Amino acid sequence: MPNPMTAAAAATPRPAAGHRLVRRRGRQLRERFIEGLLFLAAASSVAITFAIIAILVGESLPLFKEVSLVDFLTDRQWTPLFDDAHFGIMTLIAGTATTTAVALLVAIPLGTVIAIYLSEFASHRLRETVKPILELLGAVPTVVFGYFALLIVTPLLQRFYPDLPGFNMLSAGLVMGVMIIPYVSSVSEDAMRAVPMHLREGSYAMGATRLQTAVHVVMPAALSGLAAAYILGISRAVGETMIVAVAAGMQPNFTVNPLEPAATISSFIVQVCLGDLPHDSLGYKTIFAAGLTLMLFTLVFNILGYWLRKRFREIY
Amino acid sequence: MTPAPTADLRKLIARHRLVEQVFTIVGLLALLVGLMVLLGLFLQLAVTGAPRLTAEFFTSFPSRIAEKAGILSAWVGSLLVMLVTACTAIPLGVAAGVYLEEYAPKNWLTAMIEINVMNLAGVPSIIYGLLALGLFVYQFGFGQSILSAGLTLALLILPIVIVATREALRAVPGSIREAAYALGATRWQMVSQHIAPYSAGGILTGVIIGLSRAIGETAPIITIGALTFIAFLPTPPVTGEFPFLSFQWLQDPFTVMPIQMFNWTSRPEEAFQLNAAAAGVVLLVMTLAMNALAIWLRYRIRRTIKW
Repeated sequence: MPNPMTAAAAATPRPAAGHRLVRRRGRQLRERFIEGLLFLAAASSVAITFAIIAILVGESLPLFKEVSLVDFLTDRQWTPLFDDAHFGIMTLIAGTATTTAVALLVAIPLGTVIAIYLSEFASHRLRETVKPILELLGAVPTVVFGYFALLIVTPLLQRFYPDLPGFNMLSAGLVMGVMIIPYVSSVSEDAMRAVPMHLREGSYAMGATRLQTAVHVVMPAALSGLAAAYILGISRAVGETMIVAVAAGMQPNFTVNPLEPAATISSFIVQVCLGDLPHDSLGYKTIFAAGLTLMLFTLVFNILGYWLRKRFREIY
Repeated sequence: MTPAPTADLRKLIARHRLVEQVFTIVGLLALLVGLMVLLGLFLQLAVTGAPRLTAEFFTSFPSRIAEKAGILSAWVGSLLVMLVTACTAIPLGVAAGVYLEEYAPKNWLTAMIEINVMNLAGVPSIIYGLLALGLFVYQFGFGQSILSAGLTLALLILPIVIVATREALRAVPGSIREAAYALGATRWQMVSQHIAPYSAGGILTGVIIGLSRAIGETAPIITIGALTFIAFLPTPPVTGEFPFLSFQWLQDPFTVMPIQMFNWTSRPEEAFQLNAAAAGVVLLVMTLAMNALAIWLRYRIRRTIKW
């Protein structure tokens, strides 16, 4: 028998069987141990979520002892670091909503057109070449985009509209829109390519052109996937920090006019952290309250997007 | 058929063809907007920053005089922070991915972990910064150090590494697993000796993309309160005396490339904005090169592995 145990087995058969059992037991123990380690690694991601929630809630609770939730939600001023302190988160939400809206006005039309073009019109080769290059747009560090918005796009816009201030939400939003194009286009394109070929063939057989097929057959069939792509775009735009912090100014300003400077939730956090704030001051607590608000927003969008993607996967 | 409807039909077809052609052009233009911005961004930075991109720029510390300022402390800082990030995120992320793909039973706990990973991928980076500020800087007392920054970015890219690992593992056909089991391999032997070599390339691709994202992140590093004016290097990790390795650098204050660029961008003097452009070129080249490497790897894997 070509077995490494042969020699031992010939000399003392009984201990060898015991030895094998011991070895198998050792192997099983090692397997269990490794599985336990791997499970701990996977579970650590849940721990991170709990840590985020615990820190955000724990650090912002003291603020809500001094500021009522009603004031927090309805006050129209956000001046937590001044002597006359006001804590109206709506001011920051207005800034976030404005920059997000500008970004979406760029990203959704362009992203959708690109997705239709790549999914229904472009050749296989063009698609495979262009997609990775387009995705590089999403890989550019956001501080570089911030530089671009502040020092290139704003001066360019000022040529057409000389009264535009140096810091404004318009240029920040526009550049942010370009940044999220690949997120919107690649998820929409995946959704459209998941639509089965026979639907298209049916449409072509009826004499429809490619554009008609794309708009009237493929897009409705991929609707929830498209919605998920847009929601991903919104979620990115809401959380984006550096472009706004660099190009939109960091002064809280209750306005929805994109031509004015304003602070968003995230750029306010950056502004406070750039200064030296003592650990137990009220200003320090406000950044966690702002972070909690931001987290709630993105959580809602993420869940909505997840639900939509799940639905769209179930159709076919 | 009477001739009139035929003519109408011809007109209709001609009009649809025209609309179709117009859309093809619109589609190409939309694509070009994206590509031109990328190209314009790069050229603009390169042209503006070119005069400052000298050897001294890489070997000088930041300075109050724009012409003498450089990015020595920034790129060394970025390198060390990335080292901490890679050493944390890769083992943790790959292990979690392996568990979810190869071990996890189908139950509510697994489903919860999966939803949780997906949700973490959508959490804005500044929230990770706040987590790090509350947890690493104050609770654990790591302070505003390389260790804090590296761990923060590791948490940030963890979902990317997990998702990439799972996709790479999923691409390996089930027959390989069955063959390994048939020869008496245990689950870990199957994973480590048979699945791992096939999926290593895919995992590496995800890791590189994750690290390229981490190297460009600014907001979470600002949040933990990283100083922007650092005119010294961290303690060297290799020493002349026994035991030759020192971990003092983990606790040192630091600056990183994107912070240095942000600092220069927010100065009003034009001379500093030249420095910002030059730092931007270096940053952009680093991230784009890492992404290009990842794309090339993915392409090569698709080419060489045929099941």
